[in-house]
This record gives sequence, structure tokens and C-alpha cells, in this order.
Amino acid sequence: MDSVAVQSNVAENDQNLWEGAKEPFKASYGKLMMWYFLVSDAFTFAGFLIAYGALKFSMPTWPLPDFVFSSLPGGIHHAPLIFVTIMTFVLIASSVTMVRAVQEGHRENKNGVVFWMGMTILGGLAFLGCQAWEWTTLIAGENMTVTTNPFGTHVVDGVYLDDEHGHPYEAGATPETFHAGQTYLIHKDHDTDEWIQRRYKAENGAVAQQAFGPKAFGALFFFITGFHGFHVFSGVLFLLIIMINAASGLYAARKNGYEMVEKIGLYWHFVDLVWVFVFLAYYLL
Amino acid sequence: MANTRVYDEDVLIETNGFEDHFHEHHHGDKYQTSFLTHYIFSQDHKIIARQFLITGMFWGLVGAMMSVIFRLQLGFPEESMAWIKPLLGKWITVNEEGFGTLAPEFYYALVTMHGTILVFFVLTAGLSGTFSNLLIPFQVGARDMASPLLNMFSYWFFFLAGVVMFFSLFLSTGPFAGGWTAYPPLSVLPQASSGSGAGMTLWTLSLVLFVVSVLLGGINYVTTVLNMRTKGMSMWRMPLTIWAFFITAILGILSFPVLAAGFFLLMCDRTLGTSFYISEIFVGGQALENVGGSPILYQHLFWFLGHPEVYIIILPAMGLVSEVLSVHARKPIFGYKAMVFSMLAIGFLSFIVWAHHMFMSGVNPFLSNFFVVFTLIIAVPSAVKVFNWITTLYKGNIRFNSASLFAIGFVSMFISGGLTGIFLGNSTLDIQLHDTYFVVAHFHIVMGVAAFFGMFAGVYHWFPRMFGRFMNETMGRVHFWGTLIGAYAVFWPMHYLGMAGVPRRYYSFDNFDTFAHFDGMNKFITIAAMVVFALQVLFVVNFFYSIFKGRVQKTKNPWGATTLEWTAPIDAPHGNWPGKIPAVHRWPYDYGKDGEDFIPQIVPLAEGEKDQGH
Repeated sequence: MDSVAVQSNVAENDQNLWEGAKEPFKASYGKLMMWYFLVSDAFTFAGFLIAYGALKFSMPTWPLPDFVFSSLPGGIHHAPLIFVTIMTFVLIASSVTMVRAVQEGHRENKNGVVFWMGMTILGGLAFLGCQAWEWTTLIAGENMTVTTNPFGTHVVDGVYLDDEHGHPYEAGATPETFHAGQTYLIHKDHDTDEWIQRRYKAENGAVAQQAFGPKAFGALFFFITGFHGFHVFSGVLFLLIIMINAASGLYAARKNGYEMVEKIGLYWHFVDLVWVFVFLAYYLL
Repeated sequence: MANTRVYDEDVLIETNGFEDHFHEHHHGDKYQTSFLTHYIFSQDHKIIARQFLITGMFWGLVGAMMSVIFRLQLGFPEESMAWIKPLLGKWITVNEEGFGTLAPEFYYALVTMHGTILVFFVLTAGLSGTFSNLLIPFQVGARDMASPLLNMFSYWFFFLAGVVMFFSLFLSTGPFAGGWTAYPPLSVLPQASSGSGAGMTLWTLSLVLFVVSVLLGGINYVTTVLNMRTKGMSMWRMPLTIWAFFITAILGILSFPVLAAGFFLLMCDRTLGTSFYISEIFVGGQALENVGGSPILYQHLFWFLGHPEVYIIILPAMGLVSEVLSVHARKPIFGYKAMVFSMLAIGFLSFIVWAHHMFMSGVNPFLSNFFVVFTLIIAVPSAVKVFNWITTLYKGNIRFNSASLFAIGFVSMFISGGLTGIFLGNSTLDIQLHDTYFVVAHFHIVMGVAAFFGMFAGVYHWFPRMFGRFMNETMGRVHFWGTLIGAYAVFWPMHYLGMAGVPRRYYSFDNFDTFAHFDGMNKFITIAAMVVFALQVLFVVNFFYSIFKGRVQKTKNPWGATTLEWTAPIDAPHGNWPGKIPAVHRWPYDYGKDGEDFIPQIVPLAEGEKDQGH
């Protein structure tokens, strides 16, 4: 063997070079992989939200979220966006508890990790419960499905000719008036199960009846919130598994600061962040 | 004549290598003990690479055979196809005189499946899957991928996608027949065509599984490249192959999820009756209730994947070719950093040009301008790469063998196909050329044949690394010259067809007098296509023959290459290197430096020597 192999590294003019086995973003490869997954998942959600924007802005009208999402449990109506605000608060609070779980992990405090993960799971379940209630209200109460959207929007000012049950106003009654841009809900008759599309008289004298809203509204709502809800649901499952592992002392034995908790934490915060965008697109804009 | 020094890799690694204590806490090899865990559910990147390659070859043969069948229909529509009835069954109708006709709906199914299979299963999984798996851990000096388990899943999701797609070929209604891009409404309405029912359901399912496979693979590749490089392997010391796989994986991570999003909405339209992609449509004289959807929306979501996808296909081929050319020209790659930056530029630009597939779909012409400009700008980094390859060859001490010939052939194909891309990137020229054979010729040359050439160069070059033997050189050269001439014979005439306005995807031109004089040309193309197909069969024969009977590899580094994969034992164990992992002291292109023929990356810099890569 010639002398090349036994030469020392002294001549190396690259002392600052990559040393190997270092972590470039101060993140283990497990965490990096979670980050890359989240990037790809963000693109999936971006695809949906772009589809949402594209369809919404190609429609002549779009239901007002203030009107559509205005119910609260206990038969309370006309409370625009209150319920979804509570939902959002619950989810964001669960992010805070997640942060606490990760923090306790860094302190190698097993009981703290398990407790705060439990709180996070409760938050996730509460959110899912809220979503279940919201979906139930929309589907069973207000008859919105992926193919039918009873939330229409007026494009002109006018006055109704029928009352809420679809019968012409009796003489002497004051007919309800409406303005352009106002969203209405087409109800179903409880006995006949038929839609009650109230007739109205527009400002210009034309007589018409309430039209259904854009189908895409319902389809996109169920699809996007459903896809997000599925993420929350899988997150809760993973949190549960990792909480059980943590409780069993598996991570304490590894002495890596409960890295699995940190990884699921990244996922959980991501799911929260996505919700903020869904909330912004669907409920606020 | 450069001085050829013989290096003892084992001593070099032992002296300068990096001790990662891999073998100390490695109690037996629990992953590699039985036949099942070693060859089937293997977590070893070397085995997974071979699995990807052989599965890709199977799909390559299936997809190519389909093209031969539909070329027969195009070249010889007046000939009976009764002889092929044993294979295609009811899709060939034989009349009383014994004349067999190919069913038009199956013709469309063949075209669709040919595209889907070649683009996704062969040139994505078979190319990037094979070589990313084989070379990333080897060339960055890692024991294996960041997550061998996810890597195994990546292959098996691909396998599952293949099973589902294969199954769809045998449906009584046939596989999906609406084109590989699966545009609505053909892909949404089950009643639109015979393949739009169960065939499309399986097609979507298969591709969703495929997206999972690509993501698992891609996340692994990126993490391995960033986090698992050996000591001294800075980013600017990575071979161009690794740069190419790295950028490819990033493109995959960013674009495939959007395709998945598009597919999920498509599935809802198909199963739940939503109207994301269709609006006010009649089928069979019946008005459907769907209102408000937009087929253009699907096209946007699809091509946001679809365009990066063509670079997902071509970038690995570029990386392989850069490496093969440099090794066999015995010269450093010309403009290493320019190569990297141009790949990064191509990767970035690939995300903002998708709508050039949609110039004729009714997108706003003002919007088209934007996409024209960025499309044409891609020619710049592409040209940088082409000039660098040519300059690498210039005055090189070129060894002509199957690997280097295919690499040179790649450059030829990439130039020929790239130039027609400049035509097609213009939205005004596209009015005439859209959906004609000009487009078919363009993309087959630039991303079909060229990518295959890169893949072949890689297979011939790294075959010893995979199987410890060499492929037969005579068969390899017949394969190369036949394929080079044959591929040009197939696709060159298509440019003329396209300029004359002959539309693609048509089953028959019998009713078009305008195109009658192209009969001879179509016959010629079909004969050439059959010859090229026969040569690919020869390649497959050579491949399997050489695995068992090929010339045995005797030295570790048969090509005199500098990269790390040739420092591992010929039958590298799980973990790749038996002792320490090699440390890296120089960039990977020290050929002909200081009178030496080559200096491997594991050789420390001499006193006062400067590393070229920085």
C-alpha cells in the first residue's frame, strides 16, 4: 500500500466541513420526516382550499357564513359564528396543553407528560364532538347535504308572497321583506317532506320562488371540514397510543426527552394551524 | 496517459474512516435472517432497489407491449388482428370471414394504460425508486435509509398499486380509457364510457396507493440526504446523482399531495354525487343534476403535479447521466455547481409552468403569457446542463461501453426533444400543435426515450454494484444502437404528422382524406416500434442472463470511479461496510487530477492540495 492511505488528516484544509452524524437543522431524522410529511400534507390542504376559492368565486352567490353557522346547542339561533369560535378555542387550547406535554417531556417527567397528553386528547375529542354536533345540525336539522344546499342568497331586494310555511300571506299580515345579499334557508315541510320554496316579488315586479344555493357550498364544507376532522381523529388515536407508551415507561427508558411526544406534537400543532386556515376560508371570508 | 494508482479501499477506510459503532450493538442481523425478510419484506435499501427495478421492468414490458398493439392498429388498420385474440379475448371481434378488429374502446384503454404505466410505474417508481434506493445510502456513506421500515412500505405500496392496476386490465368493462390525465367528465361519470366505471375506480385507487408510495420514499430520500451523510460529505461534495435524487424527492413531496387532493375530490364526484368537476352535462340524452363544478379546476390540480412529474422523471436520469459520463470520459464533470444550480432552477420553475398544458383548455390568454415566459425560461438551465455534458465529453479519454453510449444517447435525445419543447411552450404555436402527434413526438423523445436512456445507462453502469456481475456488452451495444436508431425512426416522423395537424389518440384515420397519404409513414413508425420493442426484450434477456451467467466482478471498483459505493465489498452486507464507514475528503470528480487517473473520495488531501468542489 502506498503512502496515501496512512497520511494524516493534517493537510485537510476543510476543518469546518460537515462532520457526519450531525443534525443539520438540530432535528433528528424522525422529526425531519414529520416536518416533510407536514409540508406535503399542507400542499394537500392547499389543493382543497384553492379548489374552494376557485369554485366559490365562479358562483354568482355564496351563502353568508354569519347566517349559516348561527346555531348553538339548546335551540339558540341567531348567534353568528359563536359555536365555531368555541370549537376553535377548544382546539387551540389543546395545542397549549400539547406544548405543556412536550415541555414535561424535556423535563423527563413521566406523569406530567401523561397528564397533559390526556388533556390534549380531551381537547381533540371535544373538538370532534363539536364538529359532530355541527354536522348533525346541518344535515338533520337544516337538510344540507353534499348534493343539496338549501342556503340560497337573494340577488335583489324584494318582498315575500308566502309565509314561512309556504302559504300565501293572509290578508292584513305584514309580509316579510328582504335585501339583496341576504342568505335564506329553504325549509322542509315536516309532514310531506317537501321543500318549501317561498314565492317572492322582486323590486322590479318579477315574481319568483326561492332558489337553492350553490351545491359546491355543502360539498366543500363537508369535504374540507371532514378531511380536517379525519386528521384530528387520527391525531387523537396517535396521541392515545403515545400516551399509553409514555405511561408504560417506554420513552423514559429511551432517555431521548420523549421525542415521540414532540413528533406527535408537531402533527397536532399542524392540524390546529390548518384549522385556522379552514376557519378563515370557510367561516370568515 | 494518466498514472493509474491502485487504492486499497479497506485500508483507507480503516485508517481514515468514521467509527459509528454500527456493528457493536448489532446483535445478529434480525432483519435479514430468513428468505422472507431478506428477499421479500426486506428493509435493506439494496434489495428494495432491485425490487423496484424488476417490478419496473415488468411494467415496462406490459406498457410497451400495449403500445405495439395500438401501433399495429394505427399502422396496419386494414390487417386482421384475429391472431391476437388469444391475448385480448373479447376486445377483438372476429367477423365471418375471420377478420379481427380491435374494439375502439379497448384502443383507448391501451393508450390510457400505456401512459399511466410508463409515467408512474416505470419512469417514476422504476427509475427514481431504483436508483434513489441503491445510490443514496451508498454514495452519501450511510448504513441504510433514515427509515428502512418506511422504505419497505414505499415499495409495497407501489406493489399494491400495481396489483390494483393489473387487476383493472381484466375487468369485463375494461380498464380506464379516458387518457392518462383522467380529465373529467370521462373520469367522473361512470356512464361516460365503458372504462369509466369500475376501471376508473381501480385506476384512482391504484394511483392513491402510488402517491403514498412516492411520499414515503421521498420523505426518506430527503431525510437521508440531509441527515445521514458521512463525515466530510458536505452538500458540495455530493455526486450529482444524489443532488438529482434529492431535488426529485422534494418535487415529489410537494406535487403528489396536490394530485391526491385532486383525486379525493374526483372520488367524491364519482361516489357521493358532488359536483366539483362537472356542471350542466348531458349523458346519453339525459341531463344530470350536477351544477357548478369546473373541469378546468381538475386540470389545474392535475397539472400542478403533472408538470413537476416530468422533472421527477427526467432529473434522476440527468443525475445518472452526469455521473456515468464523468466516469467514462475520465474527466471531472464540467461546471459541477452550475449543474446543481440548474437542477435547482429546473425544480423551482417546474412548479410555475403547469398551465402550459392547458393553453387550449380555455384558460385566460393573459394568464397564458405568464406560463409561456416561465416555460421558455426552463430552456436556460436545461441548455446549461446540455453544454456541460458536451464539455465533459470534450477531449475526454472516453471509454465507449453500453453505459456511456446510453449516457451520450441521453444527451442526444434530450436536445432533440428539448428543442421541440420551445415550439410547444408558445401559446400561439400551441393552437396548431396542441393534441397532435407533434406533442406525442416531443414528450416521448424528451421524457420517455431520454429518461429510459438515462435509466439504461444507470443499469449497465451499476449492474455490478447490484449483482456482482457485468451485463453482456455485445447485447448491450446491439440494444443501444438499435434503440437509438429505432427510437428516432419512431418519433422523428411524428413531428411531420403533427405539423400537418394529425390529431393524437384517434383510433382510425380512415374517414380523413387529408391524412390518407400518411399511411406509409404510419406503417414505417409501427415497424420501427416493433423493432424497438424486440430490442427491449433483448435487454431484459441480457439482464436476467447476466444476473446468473454474466462476467463476474473481480475488483471492487471496476470502472475506476471515485464515489463511495465502489468502496464497499462486492457482496456488501446489511449496513454496507463491514467495519467503519468511509470518511470523505474530496469532491467526487477528481479524474485526471495531478497526473492521477482518478482519486477516490476516501483518499485524504495531500499536503497543500486543494479540494475542487469548494
